[in-house]
Amino acid sequence: MAEKSFVREVVRGIIKDNPVFVLVLGLCPTLAVTTSFANGLGMSFAFAFVLLGSNFFVSLIRKIIPSGVRIPIFLLIICTFVTMVDMLLEAYLPPMYEALGIFVPLIVVNCIVIGRAEAYANRNSVIFSIADAIGISIGYLLVLLLIGSIRELFGTGKIQFVMLMVKGGVPGFYPIGEVSIPIAPATVMITPAGAFFTIATLMLLIKIIGDRKRMMQLKKEGVEL
Amino acid sequence: MIETPGYLPTEALFPIVVDAMFTKNFLLVMFLGLCSYVGLTTSSETSKGMSMAVTFVMTMSAILTWPIFYYLLKPNKLMFLQTICFILVIASFVQLVEFIIHRYSPALYRSLGIYLPLISTNCAVLGVVLLNVKEDFTYGASIVYAFGAGLGYSWVMLATAAIREKLIMRGVDRFSGFIGAFFAAMMMALIVVSYFGVVKL
Repeated sequence: MAEKSFVREVVRGIIKDNPVFVLVLGLCPTLAVTTSFANGLGMSFAFAFVLLGSNFFVSLIRKIIPSGVRIPIFLLIICTFVTMVDMLLEAYLPPMYEALGIFVPLIVVNCIVIGRAEAYANRNSVIFSIADAIGISIGYLLVLLLIGSIRELFGTGKIQFVMLMVKGGVPGFYPIGEVSIPIAPATVMITPAGAFFTIATLMLLIKIIGDRKRMMQLKKEGVEL
Repeated sequence: MIETPGYLPTEALFPIVVDAMFTKNFLLVMFLGLCSYVGLTTSSETSKGMSMAVTFVMTMSAILTWPIFYYLLKPNKLMFLQTICFILVIASFVQLVEFIIHRYSPALYRSLGIYLPLISTNCAVLGVVLLNVKEDFTYGASIVYAFGAGLGYSWVMLATAAIREKLIMRGVDRFSGFIGAFFAAMMMALIVVSYFGVVKL
């Protein structure tokens, strides 16, 4: 097996351990808040903040956590960061706080955060835990942006790209451009059915590509099918 | 003087139940508890156990958390602690129930107990208690809402398990895993949103 390095851990989090498509965890916010590009971005920033904080602290104190009560301790650590991000959003980004609703406090029970604390941060050094958090967060961000973009594009006919910036001392998600397509918008993509449809189709595509790749591999090895 | 929304429901209860079960179904419309949805709908047996456990824990946590929020957190201006407080209450309650039924009813433990540890981190349960305080429900209405949400969760779990079992029986390999569950959810979400969207309550 290849040597562990910071960069390699980050890349593994994005592709091989992609939280949504490979691990199939953390589905609730993935589907609920991805009605638009902007909401997907806001959610993944909040998520990245919590995951970085919890991975860092869990791996810092991993040697003194008694294994019998580790889950409640993880929950308390995660909860602290979630409360922080909840208050920060309410104070500085009220529109985003309104849009995300109860899904910010619900990061506490997001299976990805608990899963990473249990499966990774509890067993690895601080530096690798941070790498893992960065990788998983980027992987999550990409999935949320992908689903958000698809739903916004087909549901409203255009995507409004935004970025987190500070303008005149006021932080906020400011528009940086938009893309539109000349088709009639299908409102069903914004509804819950559209969310299920998008993720099911994406998973089906990934499965078909994966199957084909495996078939090629077998053919290369000379296996008769 | 402690101010609460009151005990006896002043809201109309029928719309609350229909909302919780269909129009704002936890799995299909609000997207809460999806991890257990894709993970445990592989057979009717497991989804039955999970549905019963979730409905029970949801109702009980609504009963427990309402007084805590209005008599402990709100008068002391500790509302920012609600998330941490609710999750501790739910987790300890679930643990307690597990101990009790493990001790007194091995049969019930076999059918229900194994699902209980999964529930303390189920977002549907935390979601229902957070929504109860967000909507300022009275005590009665919050219990009714939680029970309705549990029933809504149950019918979707059971229906999906049935669909997935049929798919496996017919040998539709490609659609039998997560993907089949998501397509089934899409169909049901379409039905729920468009059918109940027509009826104004």
